[in-house]
Parts: sequence; structure tokens; C-alpha cells
Amino acid sequence: MTRVHDMGGRFGDGPVVPEPQGVVPFAAEWHENALALTVAAGALGKWNIDTSRHARETLSPKDYTRYSYYEKWIAALADLLVETGLVDAEELKAGKALVPVTSGDAVITAQRMATGLAKGSPASRDSDVAPCFDVGQAVRTLRPAANRLVNGGHTRLPSYAAGARGRILRCHGAHVLPDSNAHGLGEAPEPLYAVAFAAGELWAAPEHPDDEVILDLWQSYMEPA
Amino acid sequence: MPHDHSDHDHAHALLPPDPALRVRALETILTRKGLIAPNALDEIIDTYQNRIGPQNGATVVARAWSDPAFRAALLKDATSVVADLGYFGRQGEHMVVVENTPEQHNMVVCTLCSCYPWPLLGIPPGWYKSDAYRARAVREPRAVLADFGVGLPPDTAVRVWDSTAEIRYLVLPMRPEGTEGLDEEALAQLVTRDSMIGTGLAKVPS
Repeated sequence: MTRVHDMGGRFGDGPVVPEPQGVVPFAAEWHENALALTVAAGALGKWNIDTSRHARETLSPKDYTRYSYYEKWIAALADLLVETGLVDAEELKAGKALVPVTSGDAVITAQRMATGLAKGSPASRDSDVAPCFDVGQAVRTLRPAANRLVNGGHTRLPSYAAGARGRILRCHGAHVLPDSNAHGLGEAPEPLYAVAFAAGELWAAPEHPDDEVILDLWQSYMEPA
Repeated sequence: MPHDHSDHDHAHALLPPDPALRVRALETILTRKGLIAPNALDEIIDTYQNRIGPQNGATVVARAWSDPAFRAALLKDATSVVADLGYFGRQGEHMVVVENTPEQHNMVVCTLCSCYPWPLLGIPPGWYKSDAYRARAVREPRAVLADFGVGLPPDTAVRVWDSTAEIRYLVLPMRPEGTEGLDEEALAQLVTRDSMIGTGLAKVPS
């Protein structure tokens, strides 16, 4: 029903440890290479951001927990490269290219990368799905928090907010639906909203009666309350 | 790729266990196959180490403190306002700026992964990506703020923004007192990275 990455609200993780202000330095050289490789390989266009998030989420709970941040990225990247056929499993084993790419595949150059970083990949789309909620309207999220298209699939409704009553705070317009897009089922854009939940709706012992948590939720994650 | 994995068919298990060697193996394969040029990797690293960072966000905040019309436009449509300043791109395609007031403090987290406004803040600090922050920020933001040495007045409400979609949030911190005579450049020096995530407050001039 849920996966190890869905940790909002969990107890037991200990203190948050602040770091110096300013630009965040890479802790090791392989960290910067892990980030760069992941970003550059994404630009090959064989998968989208939802697919890559799902690839990290489907690491086994044991691996997800023991891997550091960039180890998760690298493991998911290796899995995606093999799944999409860009790299052969034998090549991973050998640690070198066995089948050179002759033609057809795009080469990611520095110039193409710079353009890609500057342009980004907007997720807003035109959509045939009409908005059915207005600002201020009361809604309730579906329960359980789960992908309704693919069992065990990617979703962006955290389990801590499943079955909760909230109110529409903002309409963001229509955005690509991750639950569909992560699984090659199309972008299926639909209205996206910022939804406010009272802390007392989500937690047994809220810190303050006026505190709120805001989530960005797709229309199909909710019903009128 | 609608299927799920089981542990035994994970391709990444074929790589060497040491993470540095894993990365090097993938880099070798992808560059040798002609898929990624080595200077494309250098371009990415250079962008996020030398060109993009919290100084971008600080410029935006200092302008908002100094120029009421800019502030109003920023709160209404941050994406186009910051794009006009040249801040746009990967992980910042849809920006929303939320304003701290004496009545309301805002704080940003991504409980499901590590979504963060890269064009304005660069890549996120380790704590932002940590299990502790992701798990606790939504349930006990005031206890997390205490880890940062921040205490809020009892009548200030906290709004925690969990970045579950492609909208990226930036906190507009409150302008510190005693900064009336300062220009934008001096004001920007008071704007810390954490104050724009909401785990800190802007610095008071010394």
C-alpha cells in the first residue's frame, strides 16, 4: 500500500542537524558525479521525472534505508538504464561498454545540457478535465493513499494525509498526473490544488491548534467533503 | 514500466558495492557508449557549484523587502517575476513564494523525496534530504525549528508546505528590524538559505 520513502510523520529519526549557510558543497567527488550523471542521463529522454522518482521508491526498504542519498540515485539510475535498454546488464557487471552505440542515440553535450537546465521541464498542461473544486471548498482525500492505476505504483498522496479533510487553498491549473506518467500510461493532466489540512486532522498530538500542513494534490486524489 | 521489482532482479546489484566505484563504472559506460559527453557532466557540476545558489533567492527577497510593487507581483505570480530576473530552469518551473508575517510562519519540506527550488537556492543541504527532516517537519515543525535554534511566539501559526507536486516553494522571510537604511545589496547579505526554506529567520544586522 505504501513504500519506504513515504515517511512523513514517522517517529524515531532523531534530531535534524543544521549545516552552514550558503552554497552546499558536495561531501565527496562521487556525489557531484552521481548528481551530474543522473541529470545528464535523464536528458536522454528515455524516462521522465515521475519514472525516476518511482525507480528510487522501488528500491527495497532495506537498500533505501541503508543507502545514502546519492547511492539511491545511482542505484535507481542503473536500474533505469538497464530497463530502458540504454545499458546492458552485462555491461554493468563488466563496468565498461560492450556494445558501442553507432548512431541514432542522442549525445548529451555540454551545450545541450546547459540549454536543458535553463529550460527545465514544466509540468503544466492543457487538460480536458474540468476543475471541480473551488478555493475554500472542503475536500477529503482518498483512503488508502495508493496509485489507483497500478497496484503498488507511484503516487504523490502521502499516507499521513489519506482520508483527511482539508480545504482548497489555491488552484495551480492542470499538471501531469504522476500516477499515470510514472508508468508509461500517458501524462493524463488534471487540475492540481494546494490543499490545507489542520494539524489536528493529521496528528494525534498537534503542536499548536492553528498549525496547518499544505499539500499539492491532484483532483483525482480527492472527493468533496 | 508498470511492473514492480523484486530484490533479486535489481540491476544495480550488479555494480561494485563501493559507491565511488559504482559511479565511476556508470560514468565509464555512458561516456564510452557516446551517450553523455564528459563535459556535459562538468557543465552540470559547475552550474550548481558556481552559478546557482541561495544568493539568487536572497536577491529576490531583498528586492521584495525594498519594493512593494515587486513584492506584490512576486506573491501573485512568482514564476514569471523571478524568470524576469533570470531565475528559471530545472526544478523551478513553477514557483510560489509564501510570505512570513507575525501571524504566520511558513516552512517547506518534501516528505516523499527532496523537491527544492534549484534555480533560487541551488541543491539542497543534507539535512533537507534527511529522513529526520522529511519525517518530522510535517508533524512537529516547532520541535524541528528548535533544532535550528528558532523559537516562534505562541500566537504565530505554522504552515508547513509539503512539496508533493512540481510546484516549488520559497519562503519570503520577515525583514529584520533596524534595516531601514539598507540598500538591496546589504539586505541580501541578511537573507540566509535556511530563512528561505523556513527553518531560519533573516539575520539581524550587527
